[in-house]
Amino acid sequence: MITTIELILLTVVSAATPLLLAATGELIVEKSGVLNLGVEGMMIVGAVCAFIATLTTGSWAIGIFAGAIAGITMSLLFGVLTLIFLANQVASGLALTLFGIGVSSLIGIPFIGLPIDKLPALDIPVLGDIPLLGPLLFSQDVLIYFSVIMVIAVHWFLNHSKSGLILRAVGESHDAAHSIGYPVIRIRFLAVMFGGAMAGLGGAFLSISYTPMWVEHMTAGRGWIALALVVFATWKPGRVLIGAYLFGAVTILQLHLQGIGVRLPAQILSMLPYLITILVLVLISRNAARVKLNAPACIGKIFHPNS
Amino acid sequence: MIWLTPLLALFLSLFFGSVLFLLLGYPPLQTLYTFFISPISDLYGVCELIVKASPLAMIAVGLSMGFRANVWNIGAEGQLTVGAIAGGALVIYFPDWNNALMLPAVLIMGVLGGMAWAAIPAFLKTKFNTNEILTSLLLVYVAILFLSALVHGPWRDPAGFNFPESAVFQDAAIIPNILSGTRLHAGVFLSLLVVATGWIVLSRTIIGFQLKVTGLAPDAARYCGVQSNRMIWFVLLGAGGLAGLAGMIEVSGLIGQLQPNISPGYGFAAIIVAFLGRLHPVGILFASLVLALSYLGGEFVQIKLGLPLGIAGVFQGMLLFFLLASDLFVNYRLEFRMARATSLLKMEEKT
Repeated sequence: MITTIELILLTVVSAATPLLLAATGELIVEKSGVLNLGVEGMMIVGAVCAFIATLTTGSWAIGIFAGAIAGITMSLLFGVLTLIFLANQVASGLALTLFGIGVSSLIGIPFIGLPIDKLPALDIPVLGDIPLLGPLLFSQDVLIYFSVIMVIAVHWFLNHSKSGLILRAVGESHDAAHSIGYPVIRIRFLAVMFGGAMAGLGGAFLSISYTPMWVEHMTAGRGWIALALVVFATWKPGRVLIGAYLFGAVTILQLHLQGIGVRLPAQILSMLPYLITILVLVLISRNAARVKLNAPACIGKIFHPNS
Repeated sequence: MIWLTPLLALFLSLFFGSVLFLLLGYPPLQTLYTFFISPISDLYGVCELIVKASPLAMIAVGLSMGFRANVWNIGAEGQLTVGAIAGGALVIYFPDWNNALMLPAVLIMGVLGGMAWAAIPAFLKTKFNTNEILTSLLLVYVAILFLSALVHGPWRDPAGFNFPESAVFQDAAIIPNILSGTRLHAGVFLSLLVVATGWIVLSRTIIGFQLKVTGLAPDAARYCGVQSNRMIWFVLLGAGGLAGLAGMIEVSGLIGQLQPNISPGYGFAAIIVAFLGRLHPVGILFASLVLALSYLGGEFVQIKLGLPLGIAGVFQGMLLFFLLASDLFVNYRLEFRMARATSLLKMEEKT
């Protein structure tokens, strides 16, 4: 038995999950001092690869895996450019997005409009039957569980593990971290790859669960919203979770407003998620001191050991 | 070296492009020929190239000023769209205005529209410290949705068989064609004018100098009294105005009415043009021809060989990748040293 409220909450969670996955990944990347603006590109390539893999093998597991691998591959391009060739991170991230959108539409052409079955929900017996909370908490698909688990894992990693401390040190001062012997480049590569995998999974969720099909440009700016979420969350995983669900709610709200016939053109309502993103960015960044306090000090700066 | 790397990047992109063609099962040399040579083997093709390069150069000159000063306006596509909306509004609300002042008024509205849209990230950046990369980009989606709402709703041509298009512009709002049999229009002269002006601004004016200093040494710039907020306003309004103008020229010179899609991503491709042209107006002029050719070639291989249009985007992305990577050789000096048992690749910063 699913009530309307449960249904709405379920869709909110679905709409939030791609953002949550991608933003959690980008949070780790930025905490290591790297700004990868290519989230949108990694997501869309993850989406198309996950879709193709699921369609051709019939296995969601392989699809999810393909999405993650595609994201990692894309992130490696970025890593090589910025960490080895010391290229400007902003420009490289933009290049990654432009490239990803081109690649996805190139390899996705034969697969447009083909149907696949939606990633099934994992019903946890007994718990899933609890009214209201049951379907919401214990009857979701594997990527939704994974996204929430990753938030907790990333929080633990950053605040309670030695490796997390090292990662943060690299992000705060790469020169200091380097001088006491930490492999800055290697740590950043791992962080960038993690970000790629998570963005790829976010894309995979879009194309095999949220709307199980492939449409060109289907990420529709979610990669950029994920980037904004990291700022909104002031680089704290728990707040990424809150932010992502808030955006999920706004997305669903505008869909329902369209559904109940609010007398506004659909396009105007579709602007809402973007406008709200800008609004929260303004509210958060207005306090320059707070952003400065939380932002990794070396973000976007090029590191090379001989300078 | 600084002017060699774009050529190196171009060469590498061509090489990996042909590998890609091979992987996709197309004969590489013939496909390369179809992509890069056959589109410009006649006068019509050359004119198409210029028509496509024109908005790219115009937008890129504006963007490059910002990039030099570390202001990352990546929302030119949205500014282009709002420019076209603002100019289009004048045509749609004054369909009977048919004198010689109409076209200049429409183009000026285009500039103002683009400036207004770019003023949002400028205001948010200077007033609230909000990251202009994210705001300018997110506003692209808002602008495109806005245009779509207009041509699906109030601005839809009542006589247009329900297509999401505005009425066709009256002649007074159309940029004249300058070569019959082709689509070459007088708007391309404006792009040349912008390139020349950009060159003068950059090399001969105080503000151009301040831009360069702000980018190269922000602390030094602040110390000698360059106001960074004024700089942000200048580059964002400048780039927004040029993007808006380019959008309006695209509509008035080629399309002749407002549609949901007025640009195949010129606002984004112009970012690549700016980098490929080394953020210099003259370099941008040449780079815009290269990127225009990638659009043209993409269309050609789609029609002639059935390759997907996405190939143009892949080529553009690759070009920027290789360019950014080869910048290593501009910014750093590579040294090969024998250090103890292992040979070490050591890099030293030049500047």
